Amino acid sequence: MRVRFAETAAEAYAMLADDPSIVPLAGGTDLLVHWPDRHAAHDATYLDLGRVAGLRTHRWTDDALLIGATTTYWDLIRDPRTSSKLPLLVEAGRLVGAVQIQSRGTWAGNIVNASPAADGVPVLMAYDAVVVLESVDGREEVPLADFYQGYKEMRRTGRQLVREIRVPLRERRNQTFHKVGSRRAQAIAKVGLATLEADDGWRVVAASLAPTVRRCRAVEALLDAGEPLGGPDDLLPALRSDVSPIDDIRSTAVYREQVAARLLYYGPASGRPGPTDT
Amino acid sequence: MKTTVHAGDLPATGPAITVRFRLNGADVALDVDPAERLLETLRYRLGLTGTKEGCAEGECGACTVHVDGVPANSCLVLTFQVEGRDVESVESLDAAALAPFLAGGATQCGACTPGVVMTAAWVVGHPELLETHRIRELMAGNLCRCTGYDGIVESVEAALPAADET
Repeated sequence: MRVRFAETAAEAYAMLADDPSIVPLAGGTDLLVHWPDRHAAHDATYLDLGRVAGLRTHRWTDDALLIGATTTYWDLIRDPRTSSKLPLLVEAGRLVGAVQIQSRGTWAGNIVNASPAADGVPVLMAYDAVVVLESVDGREEVPLADFYQGYKEMRRTGRQLVREIRVPLRERRNQTFHKVGSRRAQAIAKVGLATLEADDGWRVVAASLAPTVRRCRAVEALLDAGEPLGGPDDLLPALRSDVSPIDDIRSTAVYREQVAARLLYYGPASGRPGPTDT
Repeated sequence: MKTTVHAGDLPATGPAITVRFRLNGADVALDVDPAERLLETLRYRLGLTGTKEGCAEGECGACTVHVDGVPANSCLVLTFQVEGRDVESVESLDAAALAPFLAGGATQCGACTPGVVMTAAWVVGHPELLETHRIRELMAGNLCRCTGYDGIVESVEAALPAADET
C-alpha cells in the first residue's frame, strides 16, 4: 500500500492528474471493513485527504449549504442549523452506523463509494444536491440525481476530486426519510426512501431498490398528479418503472417493493404521516 | 510507555509512514506500515491491549477509542490518519470511572467492556448530548451479548452529573 499526502487542494489535484488511478481516502469507514483480508485493496495507492487544508469545513450561505469533501456525518448532526434548515440530513446521518461511524464517515465519501444502499445519498438527492468536482482542468458541477450511470459507475473521472456538495436551501414540506433494516442501529438498509414536497413537485428517492440510489420520477409524477389511490398496490406500476429490486443477502425483491409501496402510500400519497420506522 | 512488537501481527505492505499524534496525553512519533490500523498500532506496537478487536467491520464497538474527543472504531482507522490528532484509549480512563459499571451489573463476560466504557465516558463527559440524543442511541455502536443493555444504560445514567435519561 502506498499513500500520497497533500497539504493543499491544488497539490491533491496535481497528484490525481499525474496518476488518475490513485484513490482519494476520506474517513475510510467503507474501505477498511475486514481490512486485514482485503489484499487487493492493499496494492492500491491512496491520496490521504485528512491533511489537506480546508476540506472538512462546511459553510452556510443565504441559499445553500456547502458540505466539504471530508465533512463528517457528525459535523452536520452537531450543527443546530442543520436540524432547522435541512432536517433530513440529521435524520439520515443519525441512521449511519452509530457515533463511531458518524464521526469518521463523510458525506462525499458516501456519494463516491456509490453503494446502492447508501444512507446519506437519498436525502442529499431529495434536496437537489449538486456534486462539485474539481481538478487541474477546472471545476465541474453535476446534479447528484444525474451522477450515477450504473452500479458503482459515476460521473467522476480519476482526475477529479469531489471538492464539495452544494445543497440548495428552499421551501420544502412533508420531509421524511425511512430506513428499513434489521434493526435501528448499525444495519444496512433493505429499503431507504427519502420523500419531500418542493414548490415544483415531489422528490422521491429510493435506496437498495436499484443498482444505484435514484430518483423515482414516475412515482413523483403520480404524486404530483394527486389522483386518489385505492391502496399501496396502485403505486407498483410506477415504482416498477423506476426501480428494479433484487433478492440478495439482506432481503428479497418482493419485500422491498411491498415495503416501498406502503411507505409511499401511507406517507406522501395519503397526506398522512408515514408509518413508524422499524 | 510499554513497547511490544509482535511482528507477525502487523502488516507489511509498503514504505513506512512517520506519524505523530497525542496518545493518552503524551506525544508519540512512530513509523508505521501504510495499511496498519490504529487498533494494531495500539495493541501490537505499543502493547496497549485494553482495546479489543471484535468484528473488524465497525459494528461491535469493542475497539472504540476517542479521536479528537469523539468515539471512533480503531479497526476502521489507519494509523497515518491520526497525524496531529488527539487519541485516547481505554488505558486513559480513571479506574473510578468504572465504578458505576461494577455497581450496576453493566459487565459480564467483559469482551465489550473496554469499548462500552469508552463510549460511556464520552457521554458522561458531554451531558449536553442528551438534549438531542437518548443514551441508547449514543451507545448503539457498542454491542453486548450478556447484559441486555439495561445495566449499561443505568450505569451511564448513574455516572452522569445529573442523572437524566431523556
